[in-house]
Amino acid sequence: MRKFDTKVQYLKYKVLREVARQAWNDTLLDNLLDIPKIIVPGKTPTMRCCVYKERAILSERVKLAMGGDESNSNVIEVIETACDECPMGGYEVTNSCRGCLAHRCEDVCKRGAITFDHQHVAHIDKSKCVNCGACAKVCPYTAIVDRKRPCENACKIKAIHMNEDKAAAIDNDKCIACGACVYQCPFGAISDKSFILDVIDIIKKSDNNRNYKVFAVVAPAISSQFTYAKLGQVIAGLKELGFYTVIEAALGADMVAYSESRELAEKGFLTSSCCPAFVSYIEKSVPELLPYVSHNLSPMGTISKYIKEHDAPCKVVFIGPCTAKKAEVQRDSVKPYVDAAMTFEELQALFDSRDLDITTLHEDVLDNASYFGRIFARSGGLSDAVAQGLKEQGIEFDLKPCACDGIEACRVALLKKSKNLLDANFIEGMACTGGCIGGAGCLTHGEKNKAGVDKYGKEAYEKTISDAISVLE
Amino acid sequence: MKITVCIGSSCHIKGSRQVVERLKEIIAEKNLDDKVELAGTFCMGKCQQGVCVTAGDKFYSVSPESVDEFFKENILPEL
Repeated sequence: MRKFDTKVQYLKYKVLREVARQAWNDTLLDNLLDIPKIIVPGKTPTMRCCVYKERAILSERVKLAMGGDESNSNVIEVIETACDECPMGGYEVTNSCRGCLAHRCEDVCKRGAITFDHQHVAHIDKSKCVNCGACAKVCPYTAIVDRKRPCENACKIKAIHMNEDKAAAIDNDKCIACGACVYQCPFGAISDKSFILDVIDIIKKSDNNRNYKVFAVVAPAISSQFTYAKLGQVIAGLKELGFYTVIEAALGADMVAYSESRELAEKGFLTSSCCPAFVSYIEKSVPELLPYVSHNLSPMGTISKYIKEHDAPCKVVFIGPCTAKKAEVQRDSVKPYVDAAMTFEELQALFDSRDLDITTLHEDVLDNASYFGRIFARSGGLSDAVAQGLKEQGIEFDLKPCACDGIEACRVALLKKSKNLLDANFIEGMACTGGCIGGAGCLTHGEKNKAGVDKYGKEAYEKTISDAISVLE
Repeated sequence: MKITVCIGSSCHIKGSRQVVERLKEIIAEKNLDDKVELAGTFCMGKCQQGVCVTAGDKFYSVSPESVDEFFKENILPEL
């Protein structure tokens, strides 16, 4: 029995697995409408008010598993029927208030927003309250709470808000598809679209890699995933699914580190371009800083381009921890090189849709990149790799990196730069805290282990960037 | 004559980089740049026989130690 962090994750997985299973057998169109009943049989609801609501929501999830709403350009969608319309309203007095004598809340409130009724219970006047939180801090019964929506709380760039129907609504002009809200929503009402049907189709049409080869490009964050098996078994599993061979995206990262360090030395100031959510944030919210973004494709784009140029005809599928990558592969600059992007969550569903128990497989090998390419998966890794790139190419440049851990840190650094107050010449922007290992498409969202990434990096056969990329003549 | 060396994961850890480097050296030493083309590919599908090398349309299993011998016996006579 596979272990999942939350029931939401387990439910998403079940839908993906069932949709994939039907797709492999070419029975999806026939059984589409029955899938919700397969997943929620019987009459007893376990998640919502009734099984009919559960099935209605499942139909929406099936739609998302099949690629979602085509008229919505965002890869992240809100399932309105699943949204619990969580109350929000800032600070409120709960019934833990005992109507005490001290009234510390009233004393500390600078706006005079607190009054008392005839039972001496406190009430906050919303027209005066500015949500400073001072009253909540001083209440000895912690009777004052801050009512926030988990989705709004997760989104540090305020791209999600409540619409007129009180459901969550994403502002596509601001949303960067990082998936923070997807991970946080306790009702699983926000989800990334899935393109596994495209992946299954690509594999089927390759006719066992005879018509064209299907390459899997895997992100270095894989080292923190599938911990119930060995990494070599995951690679073997990918080949069992039908991929011809597996290549490390980290090799693309090695290539990027080299050209990024050169570009930085030439231009004097640069931001990274490997995190698609970070780039999207600059495009949508700070476009005046766009000229500073590196011209390099991301590691995924870079290695996929190489593969397409050298091993055609072929199809390239990216597998990683990232929901924003699904948006990146739709860009004109990346589309020719990557045919589909999926997450580790989806890969688990794919394995199980074929009843493939990877723990029974032999250990295959995955080793193309150097330590420096692999550490891109954690915050600070790219900066270290750029420093190494400068060193190996003998470039004299005083690197002053600013490793921004999470989109909030990125926002602050970019704000400082736009006001010329930033004391750094390289911004490493990672939208997910911890770096890519904190991505929303991960199977496990436990304590993210940066040291684990370094350990995985040290296991690489190549110890320098130039050794890793020297074979790519 | 086109020599293709596999640079996939399995051959990589068996020393394909060293095979490529040594081949480059030999080609330069013997001034064969215009006669021999060197290329790389990601996986030839014969991982047990690494490092996999194809020359013309023939397949060879080479190691970093046996590059010189491989070149002398299989490439030079064909040029």
